[in-house]
Amino acid sequence: VKIFATYNIKGGVGKTTAAVNLAYLSAADGCRTLLWDLDPQGAASFLFRIKPRVKGGGKALIRGTKTLDDAIKGTDFDHLDLLPADFTYRNMDLLLGGADKKPTRKLGQLLKPMAAEYDHVFLDCPPSISLVSENVMHAADVLLVPLIPTTLSVRTLDQLTEFVAGFNGRRPRVWAFFSMVDRRKTLHQEITRDLATERAGVAATPIPALSMIERMSVERAPVTAFAPRSVAARAYRALWAEVQQDPKP
Amino acid sequence: VTTGGLRDFVADTAEGEDFSLAAVRSELSTEFTVRQEPGAAGSGMHRRTWLDTFDWRLYKAGLTLQFEQARRGGLLVLSKADGTPQVEQPVTRWPRRPGLAEDLPPGPVRDRILVLTSPRALLPIVKAASTVSVNRLLNADGKTVARLVVEEHVTVTAPTPNSAGGTTAELPPRLAVAEVRGYPSQARKAAGLLASVPGVSHASQSVFIAALTALGRHPADYTSGVEAEITATMPASVAVARLLLRLLDTVELNVDGVLRDIDTEFLHDLRVAVRRTRSAIKLLGAVLPADLAEHFKAEFKWLGDVTTPVRDLDVHLLGFDALTEQLVAASPDDLEPLRAFLVRRRAREFRRLAAALRGPRFRAITDDWRKALLEIRDVDGPRRRRPTAAVLARAATGKAFRRVAAQGDAITSDSPPETLHDLRKRAKELRYLLEFFAPLYDQVAYRKVLSDLKQLQDCLGEFQDSEVQRHEIRDLADAMLTDSMLAGRAAPAATLLAMGEIAAKLALSQAEARAEFAARFARFAGPAGRERVRVLLANETQGRP
Repeated sequence: VKIFATYNIKGGVGKTTAAVNLAYLSAADGCRTLLWDLDPQGAASFLFRIKPRVKGGGKALIRGTKTLDDAIKGTDFDHLDLLPADFTYRNMDLLLGGADKKPTRKLGQLLKPMAAEYDHVFLDCPPSISLVSENVMHAADVLLVPLIPTTLSVRTLDQLTEFVAGFNGRRPRVWAFFSMVDRRKTLHQEITRDLATERAGVAATPIPALSMIERMSVERAPVTAFAPRSVAARAYRALWAEVQQDPKP
Repeated sequence: VTTGGLRDFVADTAEGEDFSLAAVRSELSTEFTVRQEPGAAGSGMHRRTWLDTFDWRLYKAGLTLQFEQARRGGLLVLSKADGTPQVEQPVTRWPRRPGLAEDLPPGPVRDRILVLTSPRALLPIVKAASTVSVNRLLNADGKTVARLVVEEHVTVTAPTPNSAGGTTAELPPRLAVAEVRGYPSQARKAAGLLASVPGVSHASQSVFIAALTALGRHPADYTSGVEAEITATMPASVAVARLLLRLLDTVELNVDGVLRDIDTEFLHDLRVAVRRTRSAIKLLGAVLPADLAEHFKAEFKWLGDVTTPVRDLDVHLLGFDALTEQLVAASPDDLEPLRAFLVRRRAREFRRLAAALRGPRFRAITDDWRKALLEIRDVDGPRRRRPTAAVLARAATGKAFRRVAAQGDAITSDSPPETLHDLRKRAKELRYLLEFFAPLYDQVAYRKVLSDLKQLQDCLGEFQDSEVQRHEIRDLADAMLTDSMLAGRAAPAATLLAMGEIAAKLALSQAEARAEFAARFARFAGPAGRERVRVLLANETQGRP
């Protein structure tokens, strides 16, 4: 199993839409795919029309009184399952902190039994720096970081890369990609073009800011599913093709 | 991802009313939004073939093998009898139908069935064509919480050997509720609604079994066993006629498979039935008209003899890999010329066998024998009242046992091999008699005697087979030398040396079997063994009507 996680310290940068569309594309390729909506706001669950509720809440999952397996729901799409969000996930830091030992590795351990059942797991991480995000970084093989093309967000990427480089043992590959790119803004254009060529680990494919992507919350489905020929869907497909490869050195 | 746990229903069209999908949809609409899903996974035309060996080895092991044809290649699915899939394996091309499991490409289905079916071929038992459509059942959020799978226009066919026509039947439509993971209660609810639609009922049979029933077949309708329908009190002549008719059925059922050369076991089963027939004529023929027994004794000897060369070569070829694995000095490749020689020789002998089985003498045997036996079975004249089957069984079996015991007792460590060969024949006759009259016996006592006898027979068989094979290897070596000289090629020395090594191995296992003989015989025919046979035959005389 390969674990992908979408992460950014900031919210509203296209993290969930990326997770939802890439997970859908993975499943459409025939890979058995699981998306875990870790964000207590439950946006990914909403987009798949699945109630953001887990029996027993996050506590039952973290303490192991309920297995992830029991909480998984099938989406409307073949090969794609979802582990829904739950409002109690907002306390997940406390729950993870209470874990006996290695509190930063708990999520990875919980995911281990899923390895036989899925080819790809996507973790949609809540925006923050917390024990949850640290757990996600330890569990992931690939860290997908959506970036708004600004100088500041590039700095954040540097900090994140440095933080991950400090891990002992297994480190995720960091794959950043530009998100919500506004083609009318010169600065967006420049940063997108320059950084993708200059820096390692930045995808060449940007995800543009498009109203079609916003329509996802009306259609309650991935844009790659309801408008597969749209510009937005094409961008996600190109990004998915790219992040399945190793990043440039 | 939908999980297993299909809830299956049959739409009963027998009531004269046409099955209406509209009624089903309207019932489901009380709880769900029903939406057609064209192009859904599993929808469209379905072509399936169920496969098993001629003697139903998979079915008897509680398994069902299904080949689902796709646009390119297909999928082999092995399921439990209740329909739970066990393993599956894609196959790009079904090798040749019927095929051996070992001809399949490596994969989990092949791994699971190879030992079970080998050396038998997989035959198409039933083919089905149907149209499948999928409907999504949505909840108030528009989320798919279950699926309704409708299979209509289910046409089933029993393939015939020459693929011309075959019987066809139409099965009623089938409905199934497929669960969506995490929504088990919704699937239950949908199944409950379906069950309440008039004309829709829970499916009690799988499509496979329903198809067999519709085509007038029964699963496991072939067995190589005797299993004649006889009772203790019926006249002995009637019982013997029934027995022989059953054996004749087995001969005839296997002829087609022999002629199409599907697998080696058709000929094997045919030969066993012929041997049993010959033993029955010899040991029980006194209750048949004397001229009849005399004539068919010769005819079945002829039939047995014409089938021998091919079977001997089959045995060599089937055991070939096991033989080469035992080689210590020579390399398995050294024996490849022998294998090629055996294959050529078999092809030649097979043509002779096929000509005999297609010829007038064989047809005359089967036709005349059946006619004569039916007459005996059905004409119940007063002179045929005595003795009863039970009396005949006791007399013949007791005599055969005493003969085995006496001949075995006389064997010492100095006795020549022929005495053991002779004992093997007597033991086989006893075994056949026990099997012929099995329905008359107490089953516990029967199994006890049979199990000891089997042990003794295995030992005698090992002894004789090793000896026979050793002689055959020498003959084959001679033949290979002659053949290759005729063809202007020298027989490879390495091959002959490897054959020598095989012959030495055979001599060794023969010696081992000889060493074991005394103990096995004592177990079967010692005081305890004699008592077991006495109990068996005593019980039998009180036989059930």
